[in-house]
Amino acid sequence: MDDMKTFLKEMISVSGLSGYESPIRKIIEKKWQPLTDSLTKSKLGSLHGLKQGINPGKNSIMISTHMDAIGLIVTGVKDGFIHVTSIGGVDPRVLPGQLVKVHGREDLDGVVVMPPAHCLPEDLKSGVIPTERLLVDIGYKPKDVEKLVRTGDIFSYNTEPIEFEGNYITGHSLDNRASIMAVTQTLEQLQKINHSWDVYAVASSQEEVTLGGALTSGTQIKPTFAVVVDVTFAKGPGTGAPKAFDFDKGPSFDWGPNTHHKLYNFIKDLASENDIPHQLGVYPRYSGTDANLLQLAGEGIPVMVISIPLRYMHTPVEMVQIKDIKRTSRLLTQLITDLEDNFMEEHMQWDELKSEDKE
Amino acid sequence: MKELIQNLVELTGPSGFEHNVRDFIIDEIKDHVDEYKVDNLGNLIAKKGKKGPKGIRIMLAAHMDEIGVIVTHVDENGFARFHTIGGVMERNCAGGRVRFMNGVGGVIGAEPGGTRQAMPNIPKLYIDTGAKNKAECKVKVGDVGAFERTFMDLGDKFVSKAIDDRIGCAVLIELLKILPDGPNEIYAVFTTQEEVGLRGATTSAYSVDPDLGISIDVTLVGDTPKANFMEVGLGKGPAIKIKDGGMISDPRVVSWMEAAAKRIRIPYQLEILAGGTTDAKSIQISREGVPVGCVSIPCRYVHSPSEMADYTDVKNAIKLFVELLKKPVKLN
Amino acid sequence: MKITKKENWKSPSIGNPQIKLLEKLSNTISVSGDEREIRKIIIERIEDLVDEYKIDHLGNILAIKKGKGRNRIRVMLAAHMDEVGFMVTHAEKKGLYKFEIVGGIDERNLVGKPVIVGNDQKSGVIGAKAIHLTTAQERKSPIKTSALRIDLGPANGEKIKPGTLATFATKLKRVGPSILGKAIDDRIGVATIISILENQPENVDILAAFTVQEELGLRGARVAAYSMEPDIGIALDSTPSMDMPTFDGSENTLYRTKLGQGPAVYPFDGATIADPRLLDLFTSVGDEYKIPYQLRQPAGGGTDAGSIHKQRGGIPSISISVPGRYAHSSATLVRLDDWKNTVRLVHATLSHMNKNLLTKDRR
Repeated sequence: MDDMKTFLKEMISVSGLSGYESPIRKIIEKKWQPLTDSLTKSKLGSLHGLKQGINPGKNSIMISTHMDAIGLIVTGVKDGFIHVTSIGGVDPRVLPGQLVKVHGREDLDGVVVMPPAHCLPEDLKSGVIPTERLLVDIGYKPKDVEKLVRTGDIFSYNTEPIEFEGNYITGHSLDNRASIMAVTQTLEQLQKINHSWDVYAVASSQEEVTLGGALTSGTQIKPTFAVVVDVTFAKGPGTGAPKAFDFDKGPSFDWGPNTHHKLYNFIKDLASENDIPHQLGVYPRYSGTDANLLQLAGEGIPVMVISIPLRYMHTPVEMVQIKDIKRTSRLLTQLITDLEDNFMEEHMQWDELKSEDKE
Repeated sequence: MKELIQNLVELTGPSGFEHNVRDFIIDEIKDHVDEYKVDNLGNLIAKKGKKGPKGIRIMLAAHMDEIGVIVTHVDENGFARFHTIGGVMERNCAGGRVRFMNGVGGVIGAEPGGTRQAMPNIPKLYIDTGAKNKAECKVKVGDVGAFERTFMDLGDKFVSKAIDDRIGCAVLIELLKILPDGPNEIYAVFTTQEEVGLRGATTSAYSVDPDLGISIDVTLVGDTPKANFMEVGLGKGPAIKIKDGGMISDPRVVSWMEAAAKRIRIPYQLEILAGGTTDAKSIQISREGVPVGCVSIPCRYVHSPSEMADYTDVKNAIKLFVELLKKPVKLN
Repeated sequence: MKITKKENWKSPSIGNPQIKLLEKLSNTISVSGDEREIRKIIIERIEDLVDEYKIDHLGNILAIKKGKGRNRIRVMLAAHMDEVGFMVTHAEKKGLYKFEIVGGIDERNLVGKPVIVGNDQKSGVIGAKAIHLTTAQERKSPIKTSALRIDLGPANGEKIKPGTLATFATKLKRVGPSILGKAIDDRIGVATIISILENQPENVDILAAFTVQEELGLRGARVAAYSMEPDIGIALDSTPSMDMPTFDGSENTLYRTKLGQGPAVYPFDGATIADPRLLDLFTSVGDEYKIPYQLRQPAGGGTDAGSIHKQRGGIPSISISVPGRYAHSSATLVRLDDWKNTVRLVHATLSHMNKNLLTKDRR
């Protein structure tokens, strides 16, 4: 049995909504503990795992992957029904009929339901019902619901992981637990490898709401540069190029204002030289990942974004290809192995300054 | 306390022009704090208490600014066009009276085009200061003002403009007056420019560099006819914020606040606000990150010139803060 | 504020050499996200002029030129190097390329324009279906960007990669008393800073920031101000002038600025409320020196000052802009006199700055 796949399944069987990451963080902590030299928690709940290099305290790479997920939270209980709102970008069209678990005074199974037309305002009698008008029924009598559930309780999806032939897996929160698996595998691979740079593996919090976890972690760690690992769209029904990518062709590299062009080129060449399949994506304005704010931490941080293709993003049946995850970790391991003390001088100098030296 | 609230809400202080409010607050607090300063963005930062062995540095933030108007153009006939400062809603401009920082008053009028139900958009509204023509008009481009409406005492409840967030300022002032010495270093920050994007809190959080941040602001309610579903209501106690449109409170801070409220047996409510946010959002992502929470005073008709709040909620909020701050803070 | 005009004050001149520089700057491609072509030109101009400079991790040029004497105030002048434009997102067959807009361009401005593509400035066009082939109904709706292509000619298939940036091809022209060009926003600010550096008042240290990604949300200025830690921040930009007549002859009350009435001094925009002490100083200097200026109408929008003033413990900031019509289109039009007066106002005001300016409360 694939130990990493088991770890991934474990990760997508717990909740860990933005701001409430402790269930997922505990699982990652347990896994990372033996793989890192120190493991700390930031003030906003991000997990920082340091794997020291041969020259500790000099150069450092921050590999940032968010661990939080989107989901639902209780806004109140009335007449035995639970009112909800979303944390992060939940499409209300995905919700009706969804089986969920409410983490109230005890864990309770429930279902998201649409009130019938005559219970809704005139303009909502057909069409999309907004999340705030949907209800959750946990089957208990009203007075018991009030005892068991209250404002601020959070939900998790009840969807269990399913494996498909060809090394595919589906489940909730694969955005971005798939990337956590990639980084974890890299940490394992690094156990047997000498590397010069310090490696900070960061499982960041609150990406889906404020991007504040990675921003503050970047401010604290002050890495030499950072690589954000996140998911991107895989091609599927209604989703095509250029915004979506193929399964089984490796991670995609984001090109755009959020990524440092020198770093991008280096990593792209590295992937090619080592025969690691990869795809190229362009993001004209911003990357939609932690890179967006991480780039602006402190005096600015060079950032690269590596994305794993994922189908049906932000639904409870997200789908990824395990091989794409493993290729991502192979790439990260290779990158860390290749980082030398003079990497910044050798590969990251601006051309405009270089040309001056030549004269 | 009621008098303090009335004095505060009646001051004119739209975002960026908070000096009347600041001067008033300095007068109120200067004998009750160890030191205070006004920073580059106009924030009033007051310090009280020293950090004991088990203490931490806590930043409390209430914003001094209110929504308002700024003149963009005065036409030949002396009518002043304006742009809004913060979330001014057209429908609340109907019959609106404006007081400029220079004392000039005016009323908001509308070009034809509205209906009996709705006001036209802001560019079709103007402020009439009674001037005969452009030369006589006593306001010019760039002059700022705020809505004017007298304070109304309804017994338990009261009505006024700018309860958002002078009520937070009142809580903070009262707190500085009565808070006993404790283990914590308290930075009471009366912030600026909250209504235009939490700007004062952004810079003051950076300079204070707190271990814990709490904002004190108003929140919406769900207890008015056909209101959108929300559990918070007037008079049911201060609201402990779980989440709003911009941030999620640290769950440990929420539990800490709840436990304190239960200990002193005051009523409290748990708040999830659909839209809008407070200074806590910018404190949260300051520097290396700050655990934050927010205590809200439930308020009806927010951002109208007639906001309504409940006096007992205010008193209970103060009690809650005293209980929270006088002891070492333990978050788990 | 009481200001007394300095007897020996001499304004930097804006003549042919400065216009030539602006021309070079404006004609060059430098869309948000890859500002290297402009960076080259600027570095060439300033490297012997400043005490030190560097390029930070985002690509901002941060340069310092110190003044002389004691009690100097450190003033950050920021102008953004980037411009709005396009990014090629997908190569189709035979020289056609899908693209998206970078920054805020009204898509009604796209059709039928020549463009330049990539840092080597390949020529291309954005065309449209012939009017003969369109229906009356089609002609009523704007053509969506997703239906348009950048065309490099049928022989140029797969010549450029997705991710390549492009912009309008308009060459700078002098038209009567005005200048017309594609990227006056904000190459005119860049040229202004260079003029100030060449004629720096000795009482100030100038921290010159040529910033990136302004059009994507004032991003470069954020890290620039954080690392420079100036006493004062001044964003020098180009601001929309919407002073055209209304269809019914009624008074245009939403002009923002008017061409020919001097530099626009910002009291308030969507991102910044000007520091009142700086607003007072700039307008007082304008009055005393009899330099025409106008207040930019309070409204939305924002400049690099919006990022600068929120850094660290707060940095008193203001924006000064050259009014420009038709910003974010293929051709922005500015009055030469407005630019001259902008340089004069900024230079004269700098010469009156000292540390006492910030000792009194902001109010």
